[in-house]
Amino acid sequence: MSTRTLAVVSAGLGTPSSTRLLADRLTAATVAALRERGITATVEVVELREHARDLADHLLTGFANEPLRATVDTVTGADAVIAVTPIFSASYSGLFKTFFDVLDKDALAGTPVLMGATAGTARHSLALEHALRPLFAYLRATVVPTAVFAASEDWAGGEGTGGALADRVDRAAGELADLVAGRPPAAPVDPFADPATSFEDLLRGR
Amino acid sequence: MQFGVFTVSDITQDPTTGRTPSEAERLQAVLAIAKKTEEVGLDVFALGEHHNPPFFSSSPTTTLAWIAAQTSTLQLSTATTLITTNDPVKIAEDYAMLQHLAGGRVDLTLGRGNTGPVYPWFGQDIRNGIELAVENYALLRRLWTEDVVDWQGKFRTPLQGFTSTPRPLDGVPPFVWHGSIRSPQIAEQAAYYGDGFFHNHIFWPPEHTQRMVEFYRRRFEHYGHGSADQAIVGLGGQVFMRKNSQDAVREFRPYFDNAPVYGHGPSLEEFSSQTPLTVGSPQQVIERTLGFREYVGDYQRQLFLIDHAGLPLKTVLEQLDLLGEEVVPVLRREFAARKPAHVPDAPTHAARVAAAGGSRDLTVHAPGDDVTGQARDEAREEVEVR
Repeated sequence: MSTRTLAVVSAGLGTPSSTRLLADRLTAATVAALRERGITATVEVVELREHARDLADHLLTGFANEPLRATVDTVTGADAVIAVTPIFSASYSGLFKTFFDVLDKDALAGTPVLMGATAGTARHSLALEHALRPLFAYLRATVVPTAVFAASEDWAGGEGTGGALADRVDRAAGELADLVAGRPPAAPVDPFADPATSFEDLLRGR
Repeated sequence: MQFGVFTVSDITQDPTTGRTPSEAERLQAVLAIAKKTEEVGLDVFALGEHHNPPFFSSSPTTTLAWIAAQTSTLQLSTATTLITTNDPVKIAEDYAMLQHLAGGRVDLTLGRGNTGPVYPWFGQDIRNGIELAVENYALLRRLWTEDVVDWQGKFRTPLQGFTSTPRPLDGVPPFVWHGSIRSPQIAEQAAYYGDGFFHNHIFWPPEHTQRMVEFYRRRFEHYGHGSADQAIVGLGGQVFMRKNSQDAVREFRPYFDNAPVYGHGPSLEEFSSQTPLTVGSPQQVIERTLGFREYVGDYQRQLFLIDHAGLPLKTVLEQLDLLGEEVVPVLRREFAARKPAHVPDAPTHAARVAAAGGSRDLTVHAPGDDVTGQARDEAREEVEVR
């Protein structure tokens, strides 16, 4: 069995939060799917609510304070990310966006990502496609095709909702597990390692 | 070790009175601060360069030349000189001029600048920031060390047979520091040339400064300029003092809370624990500053930011009194006692001239020059005859 790290970013604000509930469902399904592929997952859950002030401070000071720095390192160093946000005013919440705003633009390049969102009604479901997917495209993350949306009614399950939440969770988790299993473990990037490009090359404009 | 102050030349409203100084007033205040810096026994005054309000310092060499004329020992520096958007030819000329006028009391700190629109205003693209710093500085060095330069690069019009005048005083160009908060490439540049590395040390946690400086030191040694602990390091820092630390906190808090750079974010207490900001008694400033050495090693220059965020001139001058009377004498003694003999002192013109084997006159006399009527060869002969 090999081991991989799975970072789960939840931008839910309530306690308990349906966003966290969806994040937990996605996480459990992904851990199970990875296990089927011979991979043990270490799960790190990030509740952005706990970093609400840290994130606002970062916007103003330009650096992450210690608690936020640890969280950023956890997420950017993970082998895969599950990112779940409530939909506010037809898009991701400001808190969710702020977290991804303060990451280095290359920090998630190539990282497999599974997106999820929650809202009161299913009318918000395409926010995943018109707001979250472009965000992760900009960050050059590798986003799985299935994004999982849960409206309040989906938690009832059964016929009225197409019964499909559990199916979609499993399908998305399988897609994420396939991506993770097909890649080598994430290697940490040290900006202070001796440079790969020599200064002479920089001088020659290469 | 050198101690001094640096200013960004911001014109900011005093949040306690609601009053904003005029450009004229703030400029005069900065001149007064510079003169006072020498009077209280500090070594260095460094001035920023900006090309947009609310800053006044668009032309640092003009200001520094005035200060040079009004002082006798003060080392003049910059914080920073924009190596990306200034023409390196103009930097070579301006700072060689200043070096002559100031009798050698000049060095400069190069930076890339952090104001996006300045790049297009000066015909450049911020995405080329590192490349500009690399190419422009390579040219700047040649203009100071070679009498006649033929050059072609990517960002500036080519040069054929160009001589930057005046030639550096005594044949030794101003010492150069490279300043960067977060770009390892700039620390690499400083290390490659054996120049100094300056970290602003205000906005980021000490652990980050430590990693930047460690990297610079390691690369300085890699390029054969000496051992890592002989690399030339300068730090910024930010302090506000009163005899009684509670008074310092009470008085500084409104300036902190409304500061243009970090105001309305973390509390004064949080920022003080996350960054090197020290608000308290002179003794607290002494202890905190001595602690910098523990994570960057023995270093050569410590500059304090004391005049921003709308602080009135009177208050700033009181800060200088405290630095000169209570803080810097202790820091000088304590840092000197801790510094091993093989770690170099901060570079000065006199020491660099001595290291170069003495003063050399590099004056270039133009061949068949219409003004003096003197050909270059004749001028050379004349020198030899003398």
